[in-house]
Amino acid sequence: MSRPTTYAQALNTALRDSLTQDESVLVFGEDVGALGGVFRITDGLTRDFGEERCFDTPLAEAGITGFAIGLCMQGFRPVIEMQFDAFGYPAFEQVVSHVAKMRNRTRGQLTLPMVLRYPYAGGIGGVEHHCDSSEGYYVHTPGLHVVSPSTPADAYSLLREAIASDDPVVFLEPKSLYWSKAELELPTRTEPFGRAAVRRVGSDVTLITYGPQVPNALRAAEIAAAEEDWDVEVVDLRTLVPFDDETVAASVRKTGRAVVLAEAQGFAGMGAEVAARVSERCFHSLAAPVLRVSGLDMPYPPPILEHTYLPGVDRILDTIARLQWDDEPDLTHEAAGTQAVHA
Amino acid sequence: MSDITSLLPCPQPVRFLDPDGSTTEHDPGTAATLEARGYSIPAEEDLLAVWRGMVIGRRFDTQATALTKQGRLAVYPSSRGQDACQVAPVLALGEQDWLFPTYRDSMALVTRGIDPVEALTLLRGDWHCGYDPVATRTAPQCTPLSTQIVHAAGAADGMRRRGTGGVALGFIGDGATSEGDFHEGLNFAAVFDAPLVVLVQNNKYAISVPLAKQSKAPALAYKGVGYGVRSEQVDGNDPAAMLSVMRSAYAHARAGHGPVLVEAHTYRMEAHTNADDATRYRTSEEVDDWTGQDPVVRLQAYLVARGALDEARIEEVREQAEAFAADVRTRMHAEPKVDPMALFEHVYAEPTPQLREQAEMVRAEIAGSAHAAHPVPETEEATR
Ligand SMILES: Cc1ncc(C[n+]2csc(CCOP(=O)(O)OP(=O)(O)O)c2C)c(N)n1
Repeated sequence: MSRPTTYAQALNTALRDSLTQDESVLVFGEDVGALGGVFRITDGLTRDFGEERCFDTPLAEAGITGFAIGLCMQGFRPVIEMQFDAFGYPAFEQVVSHVAKMRNRTRGQLTLPMVLRYPYAGGIGGVEHHCDSSEGYYVHTPGLHVVSPSTPADAYSLLREAIASDDPVVFLEPKSLYWSKAELELPTRTEPFGRAAVRRVGSDVTLITYGPQVPNALRAAEIAAAEEDWDVEVVDLRTLVPFDDETVAASVRKTGRAVVLAEAQGFAGMGAEVAARVSERCFHSLAAPVLRVSGLDMPYPPPILEHTYLPGVDRILDTIARLQWDDEPDLTHEAAGTQAVHA
Repeated sequence: MSDITSLLPCPQPVRFLDPDGSTTEHDPGTAATLEARGYSIPAEEDLLAVWRGMVIGRRFDTQATALTKQGRLAVYPSSRGQDACQVAPVLALGEQDWLFPTYRDSMALVTRGIDPVEALTLLRGDWHCGYDPVATRTAPQCTPLSTQIVHAAGAADGMRRRGTGGVALGFIGDGATSEGDFHEGLNFAAVFDAPLVVLVQNNKYAISVPLAKQSKAPALAYKGVGYGVRSEQVDGNDPAAMLSVMRSAYAHARAGHGPVLVEAHTYRMEAHTNADDATRYRTSEEVDDWTGQDPVVRLQAYLVARGALDEARIEEVREQAEAFAADVRTRMHAEPKVDPMALFEHVYAEPTPQLREQAEMVRAEIAGSAHAAHPVPETEEATR
């Protein structure tokens, strides 16, 4: 039966269902046992599945990650929690040199079906080291799937798929969305890895985003429609690796304009990758350069200044406004359908 | 290679004062060990200074907790109960020494003489580090666990190389001793005979995880031995023992004999932070038990019994503590003034061209006319 479900509850249910259905699934990390995690994502799992299946580890992220690698070698499917984005950095060596490369190094003999869960990004008034958008490091590392669900349904479905995946998955959970709700019936299956979703259909401009910025994009789209008469299409990437070129390019060819919105600092980030791919594939459909909206190129600021850093609705609308609306010959819309596609 | 017996901690935590403030009875063997290590009950005037520091520090801590409830701080990790660990080691530091604190150690910062509002800047959320680390010889409070221990080792070695005679004191929690950097820091300091003293405040929990799930070591102090580091354990709620052991540790390090690891057995009376629910992982009986071991009560009882402290002086210091808290309260109730443009000032010595463009964008956003200035220039301007 469908009922109001938070993003956090959807994750908790996904963990429960995976633990129930697959004996090789293990959940561990810092404070995931009695406390249920600092965000309560693992609430009740130790109670219901026992210490053998969901347990607290010593406080050491490199240890947690390396230990999970060893468990994979013995046929387990570990789901590990990094308490906050920036506290995953001590494990960086394990992630980049081992988690990402084991399949390749062993020609597929040894695979690492593990999920690394990271509460990530800002917008919750956290002090330093609690608000990083660290996806750039992971998407740049071949061998990792990188996922960031933006809805409770996706949180459930993508986590189930991540746990079932035979490749390691970096699973990025926007902290600001943990308490967001949807009417939902679980279990549910949404689109698989590698598919983006059009969250709002529009005809004038494509706003491409993911994770914590999806609600912001939708808000901006509503305001754009009401106040500026721009019909904004919002594409939620859902999975950053693999990347859905097809959905993104089809949308941009239709609208002829694109803005990429990512909360992370912009320089050499995920947004840059998306903008480049759109430019490469949709050049002849574009009426304006692809623009990016991002956080600022600086360490994440202290709580009181966080709103200055975060891409707000205004920064999005300002950027859309700069998409050369006035001098456009407006040929692009018609031309779009006939462009040669080199996707 | 060091002789292992000179590295091993006392089998029981060093203690001079019992919870009721009476002096601890030692069997002859223990008494001999304590004496051989140079530990003794410090002079009354030194203990009076520690007592006063704890009364003010405790009041500061409860004030900070209250400010959190009023929404004036983003978060506050209290060190109530760990007062002896916060105050005695810092008072025993010299001017030239460096302190490497964590998020838990605000009381230690205040004891160091750092302005309390500057000490709370991180937790209020208007900047990361609110005080001048160079002027105060106090590194920024460190949140990524145990990473400060390697910095402290390097700073200690730097002081050795420069011959300043300074030592570095690194604070760390029990949970963080599981992180690799703790071990690397001890090993580095040992290899270079760096004057580093690491104080583990073993307050029994790392957020919710009890020590039993953190380590199988007989005591965390033993972790130094494998690195050739002199190690000690002490009753962290006994201010007299804390002062004596820390002084001895500094003397050892300062004399060029290498680093010292001290484990203080103590207890965190509050939850991990105001955002934490401690009832999920510990019992109220346990907390009550530790209430009976309060370090401030303990030292005060000792000093009163010896006639070193009377009601008048207690009242006087209590008033000083109230005045201190009132000042913190007043200044923390004022809205913090923060200029968003300051965000751009300290990313680099010289901002990159791209950062300058972002600064212009934000300036325009603040002025409400963002279209005028944006990081991506229009095509004609792009060639500028
Ligand atoms: C590298 C890293 N991992 C995780 C955290 C999140 N975290 C903050 S405090 C804490 C517990 C630390 O416990 P302990 O070292 O015993 O110190 P205490 O908080 O008790 O003073 C954790 C897990 C962190 N700050 N840094």
